[in-house]
Amino acid sequence: MRSPLRARFALRLAVRESRHGLRRVGVYMASITLGVAALVSIHSFRDDFARSIQEEADVLMGANARLEDDVPFPPDVEAVLDSLRAADVPVARVTTASTMVYAPRSEVVRLFQVRSLEVGYPFYGEVRTEPEGRWGAHLEPGRVLVDPAVLSQMAVDVGDTLVIGRERLEIAATVDDLPTDVAYQTAIGPRIHVSPATMERAELLGFGSLARYEAYLAIPDVGERRELRETHEETFRAAGVRYRLAEEQARSLSNGVRFLGRFLGSVGVGARLLGGVGVAAAIHVYIREKRPGIAVLRCIGAGQSTAFLAYLIQAAWLGLLGAGAGAVLGVGLQEIMPVVLSDILPVEVETRLSPISIAAGLGIGVWVAVVFALIPLLQVRDVPPLAALRSDFEPPRRRLDIPRIVAYALMVASVVALCVLEAPDEEVGVAFAVALATATALIAGVGWGLARFTRRFFPRRASYPVRQGVSNLFRPQNQTISVTLALGLGAFVIGTIVQVESSLRDDLTVSFGAGQPNVLFFDIQTDQIDPLLDLLPADARAAAEVSPLVTSRIASINGRTPEELRAIEDRAERPEGWALRREYRNTYREDLGGAETVVAGRWWDGTPGVDDDTTVDAGGLARVSLEDDIARDLRVGLGDTITWNVAGMEVPSVVTSLRTVEWDRLEPNFFAILEPGVLEAAPQSILMVTRIPDADERARVQRSLVGAFPNVSALDFSRVQEAIDSVLSRVRQAVAVLGGFSALAGIIVLIGALATSSAQRLREGALLKTLGARRRQVLTVLFSEYLALGSLATASGLLLAVVAAALLVPNLFEIEYTLRVAPLLLIWLVVVTLTVVTGLAGSRELLRRPPLPVLREAPE
Amino acid sequence: MMIRAEGLDKNYTSGGRPLPVLRSLDLEIEARAFVSIVGPSGSGKTTLLGLLAGLDEPSGGRVYLDGHDIFAMTEDERAEFRGQRVGFVFQTFHLLPTLTAVENVLVPLELRGVDGDVRPRAEALLARVGLGDRLDHYPAQLSGGEQQRVALARAFANKPRILFADEPTGNLDRDTGDTIVGMLEELNREEETTLVLVTHDRELAERAHRVIALDDGRIGEDRPGRGPSVLVAAGG
Repeated sequence: MRSPLRARFALRLAVRESRHGLRRVGVYMASITLGVAALVSIHSFRDDFARSIQEEADVLMGANARLEDDVPFPPDVEAVLDSLRAADVPVARVTTASTMVYAPRSEVVRLFQVRSLEVGYPFYGEVRTEPEGRWGAHLEPGRVLVDPAVLSQMAVDVGDTLVIGRERLEIAATVDDLPTDVAYQTAIGPRIHVSPATMERAELLGFGSLARYEAYLAIPDVGERRELRETHEETFRAAGVRYRLAEEQARSLSNGVRFLGRFLGSVGVGARLLGGVGVAAAIHVYIREKRPGIAVLRCIGAGQSTAFLAYLIQAAWLGLLGAGAGAVLGVGLQEIMPVVLSDILPVEVETRLSPISIAAGLGIGVWVAVVFALIPLLQVRDVPPLAALRSDFEPPRRRLDIPRIVAYALMVASVVALCVLEAPDEEVGVAFAVALATATALIAGVGWGLARFTRRFFPRRASYPVRQGVSNLFRPQNQTISVTLALGLGAFVIGTIVQVESSLRDDLTVSFGAGQPNVLFFDIQTDQIDPLLDLLPADARAAAEVSPLVTSRIASINGRTPEELRAIEDRAERPEGWALRREYRNTYREDLGGAETVVAGRWWDGTPGVDDDTTVDAGGLARVSLEDDIARDLRVGLGDTITWNVAGMEVPSVVTSLRTVEWDRLEPNFFAILEPGVLEAAPQSILMVTRIPDADERARVQRSLVGAFPNVSALDFSRVQEAIDSVLSRVRQAVAVLGGFSALAGIIVLIGALATSSAQRLREGALLKTLGARRRQVLTVLFSEYLALGSLATASGLLLAVVAAALLVPNLFEIEYTLRVAPLLLIWLVVVTLTVVTGLAGSRELLRRPPLPVLREAPE
Repeated sequence: MMIRAEGLDKNYTSGGRPLPVLRSLDLEIEARAFVSIVGPSGSGKTTLLGLLAGLDEPSGGRVYLDGHDIFAMTEDERAEFRGQRVGFVFQTFHLLPTLTAVENVLVPLELRGVDGDVRPRAEALLARVGLGDRLDHYPAQLSGGEQQRVALARAFANKPRILFADEPTGNLDRDTGDTIVGMLEELNREEETTLVLVTHDRELAERAHRVIALDDGRIGEDRPGRGPSVLVAAGG
């Protein structure tokens, strides 16, 4: 029979069959819908965002270019700025420092960022204030503008007074929309906007104060601002000043959302693959039901390929329907996303229909449906015509042949391709595919093992309905493995993230535990140490640890300058750029800190390292002890020399010991510690930590600070815990989104599994009722079945989640893993409840219909 | 001869041991004959039917249909051969539940890719079996007897040279079964097919012009039935 002829009949049969039999398998296509919707919405939104960002790049920066540094600009950079002003290039300086702010009316004192803004900033975009039109009020003497969160945190209103340093200032208005902001940042770190004169009068900036210095430039011509960089590149680099263009900032903002999109896209990949699993399971059952019809077709003249083609067309058609629905849903979600994410988006995102994303979604949806349908469809070839005479006839199972090998290969290749599509690069994509395949195989394996265990050891004394319900998991043509996979994968993802988050939280909370310092004072000048100590309660004074901070940069390592070191080709030998470039806040002291351990070399007093006790001959140079990770990043070891640039003076030193530091302990920890007697005369500020257990006492001390020491800031660690909790709560929100998505995909597969086996379940129920089972007993059978199914699936996923978390937490996050049972139980409860409710809802007909009509309808 | 079987053997494996069902069976059936094959349950009659129709593969021997060695063909070639020359009527009707009555009858014609509009032939056949007003009804909307009539119409759609009927009245009551067999005989005469009917019903079997009784995998009896001979039926 010629091919075109087969195709025509196959198509005709597919169209006719689609009038009826596809309703049940159609449910599985909803999984394709979900995965396609995720793809279309996320890809479209990413494109929308990237486009909006680029269009608004200048507004997002408030300028066309920016210079920034952590110290005041050196003279040669100031000279560049002067020359720009002379050439009528608008320049606006912005200086940001943290300081204690006191509200006399509410008596609240808090640490805020204070920004001084010169006239003109921002050069682009509209600033909205409340009351309206008050942008610029911060330039008026005695006035400030604040972010709205300042009012709530300080319990004040517009018109109230804030004490900042030595200045008493009136709140003129709130800044409700500054186009250069990402809104949620202001909730975590709200700011107070002042004039440069106010900042100077408030005396907020002392020597070594932690501040950020920026100069914004309005240079509309792209060529000109790039030329500025080329012309002054050496000057900026030597000064450690960063020069950034608006479009570069826009790109990195886009990258952030792109990363988020990729993350969500990974979830979409999971949904698409689950959809594929669902398709495979549905088609498998569908073909089993079609067996008699296929046998008849084979009797009356249809070849193997004709029958195969007819059902392949149906699978592709279902895939197209599912993908189509997904594309429509995805376009809808694309419209909603900017609204939902409005508080974290820096620009207003204009949505546009993305034909490429829609086409990709449709194509991938159909492809997944077809590829995953191929393997069960191949069983069509195995339906013998003799089955029309003998319904129980089963031919010998076909060995792995070329079509099956090709089908499996296509499926594997498709899974990898789907993962690579969403990944930032091929390696990550392949790794993700391998991880996904491993997780899938393990969940299926664990599920199978648990099922066997249940079957073998389920108590025989349990009542018949319960035993029947559990044994239904193993009925012929059961969907247990596919449902276990779908629900188990979701439970695995949520369980792993919840376990990791718990361990992170434990680790971050322990650092603030009993006996640990809970207040940190910084930007203290040397002559303020004793007066500040006098402010503290007696026990806090006794417990205070004082550390000098000496700002330093690396001038050379082993005689080579940073430029020479950056030019080293061998990556293993070349120090990390950021470690060479950064500004170090070194200290000097006699003793080791509580969070430090010497691992190599010897401390000043000769204490040997735990791994290596080499004594290094300093040769007259100052001795320095490096933290071991920074030493690795700088590619230095015992005996190497580092010359520090301290306020223009060179201080040569030799590495005589390496330390490990527990950075999570909030004590003054340092990358580099020099021995006493070297830096005492160097320009420095002071850091002090202590413990003030009583919250009211802490507040009193901080209030006293504002007036007495305006340049000193205090960090109350309880506020830090709040900020951490705030971040972790967003992680929990992300988990909830992931969890909801995965659970939805899993439930769809569950619904599909129930739908395709509903006829069988109906017959069994009818038979039970005929044999005398009461409604309650039939209900017990169903309840037991779904409870067992949900438990099996969740247990498989959660067991694996515990193993994954136990591996990830210590190896990836380098913290201790703690098993948390309560969240796992909650996940189990939710998934099992969903399974039971879904299952019982889908079995209503079984309970409702009398048995005889059902038994009469039973197929041969 | 329209159908010829030579040394036909068929063994199944049961409990690891071979179980012979047919033992070196030889058979010849002439064109336009109406032959019934009878035997008790387990005698091998359905197995024989399956082998004669090329639906199963023998353990030994050959089968020739209309001069063609069907087991020298591939599976797909046999399917195509059946589509062109063989019709089937099954005990359980085996209509495609998702197709209407007329669509079920059209299937063999569409599989063959017959040129021109074939629907009139399908409609005529259904009218012939008394279902002219049920063309667009689905099998679920038809009684057992009506479904078997649709199956009859389908079996004759391609004007087969050979018709195999496996217990065509097995799922029907006596009166309906008689009606079906009557239609089968009538269509058979009109279309001049060779009809092979497998049944356990002796009375039905006797309506054929030749009765072959199987006993333990062999032909135990081969005698004339009460039905008219081929030559008489053909008016020869």
